[in-house]
Amino acid sequence: MELLNEMTLTFASKSMNENFARAAVSAFVLPLDPTIGELADIKTAVSEAVTNAIIHGYEYGEGSVTVNVKIYDNGKVSIKVKDKGKGIADVQQAMEPLFSTVGGERAGLGFAVMQSFTDSLKVTSKVNCGTTVTMEKYIIRRSRAQIADKNS
Amino acid sequence: MTVKTAFKNGVLIAYLGGEIDHHTARLMRETIDGEAEMQKPRILTLDFSKVRFMDSSGIGLIMGRCRMMSLLGGKVRLENIPPNIEKIIALSGVRSITG
Repeated sequence: MELLNEMTLTFASKSMNENFARAAVSAFVLPLDPTIGELADIKTAVSEAVTNAIIHGYEYGEGSVTVNVKIYDNGKVSIKVKDKGKGIADVQQAMEPLFSTVGGERAGLGFAVMQSFTDSLKVTSKVNCGTTVTMEKYIIRRSRAQIADKNS
Repeated sequence: MTVKTAFKNGVLIAYLGGEIDHHTARLMRETIDGEAEMQKPRILTLDFSKVRFMDSSGIGLIMGRCRMMSLLGGKVRLENIPPNIEKIIALSGVRSITG
């Protein structure tokens, strides 16, 4: 497995950047030739992780969110979404569907969506230090020649 | 993000468009609730035909409108769900509380 490309984005924890983050990641993975469905899965998972960082990590306060994406020649996409916010005391509890600390109109489905829209999800967190969400998604390879062209 | 509403015979239809995320859901909610408060509909129809993207904030939006409509003694209906957002609707199980 060879690394084809890598990028890192850091942006302010503002809700308008949810759109920016998922659009940027979706453009970055295009050389792997994903289907519309695969792209929608990635956009949705990124949107959930970035939204969590903004509303839970920083509780709407000021901070920065970093998104790192790596794409590999076997179709693997690795996405890390990192904040330096308040962290999660009980990660296992936070990942249970319908668990939400903010109430209001949050469905509490963020982690459930990330889990079912990607192939693997890992969450590491430390209280008062921040949270890192790592997701992997395999794009099914259709045309290797096409990828080689785009890679040159 | 766009929301257009139409009211006829006790049915309020909200035509949602663009991308629904945590940022845009708030504005959609304000528009829909403002209109519902004025019209007091029996049925609120959320029309998704022009929605290009939706994350779990959209599920929160639907659940919240179901709560709001149950206070008015009415119901929420979902219409024209495009294939790209069907997956998150199915995962959420939100259909069990809508018509």
